[in-house]
Amino acid sequence: MSATSEEIFEKVQAALVDALGVDDDEVTPEATLVGDLGAESIDFLDIVFKLEKAFNITIPREDLSPEDILTNSQFVKDGIVTGEGMGELKRRMPWADLSKFEQNPRVQDFGNLLTVQDMCNYVATRIGG
Amino acid sequence: MWQPGLAAEALTLAEFNRGTAAEMRWMWVDRFTEFVSGSHACGLKNVSLAEEVLDGYFPGFPMFPPTLVIEGMAQLGGVLLAEHFGWEKRVVLAKVGKAVFHQAAKPGDQLHYRVVLESTQEHGAIASGTSHCDGSLQAEIDLMFAFLDDQRFADGPLFNPGELGTMLRLMKMFDVAVDAQGKPLDLSDKL
Repeated sequence: MSATSEEIFEKVQAALVDALGVDDDEVTPEATLVGDLGAESIDFLDIVFKLEKAFNITIPREDLSPEDILTNSQFVKDGIVTGEGMGELKRRMPWADLSKFEQNPRVQDFGNLLTVQDMCNYVATRIGG
Repeated sequence: MWQPGLAAEALTLAEFNRGTAAEMRWMWVDRFTEFVSGSHACGLKNVSLAEEVLDGYFPGFPMFPPTLVIEGMAQLGGVLLAEHFGWEKRVVLAKVGKAVFHQAAKPGDQLHYRVVLESTQEHGAIASGTSHCDGSLQAEIDLMFAFLDDQRFADGPLFNPGELGTMLRLMKMFDVAVDAQGKPLDLSDKL
């Protein structure tokens, strides 16, 4: 039986509350991990550990951090992700809502892209929920 | 009768100096008591009124600073992790996920630390630790370690050659350390 989206959200919320020291009610689906919840780079490793444990999955680094794409001159020109690069990002992260980022795809803004809902979507793709 | 020169594990003066250079004298575990590769490490910390850290932490109430309980467990966990990865990674404490202290550690107390490796990843690991004193729970600590990557932290090794190995010998790690199959671990030439 696959988990419902509510069950996934609750576990993701608990992982983020634990990893980031935020309150339950701050972890809304639309909250961004970095901007709204204050995640720093080292927190992502912690979040990964907590999600792996909560859902019994393994999460490869490149799944959530497409640094190889964002530092590849084939996909980035003058700090802006090219059309080809956007295609690559969408292939890598089909679970992420990239629509806003796509309007002005500056690499420096990518770090604050992921939302709580994106994390839930990612987990759902991994557990088939 | 104890005779220093006869102890098989005795260090030469040169070795001892290498492991206790002033800037590296940061050992907050007195002795390893158990070490199972990839699983867990246990160690003792004796709290003494002779330790300078007890002087100023809480004037009038000498106690061992809780942060150094965390540090001692981080040393056990860090060594556990470094050994698990063949001493190839530069392991640093990245985050303290939880730190609950149930009682103060006072002069004369002997703290029994136990750190369990919970999960490892290519970029770090998490571990959980407990400290017991006289059989009762003194502290519970969750730790997260990260590996320094060579691109962002290209400062070379964390220890001078031989330094970590000497520290671990002083802490008697290789007297108790075994691999996952229970076979004694030798001092690695990478140390």
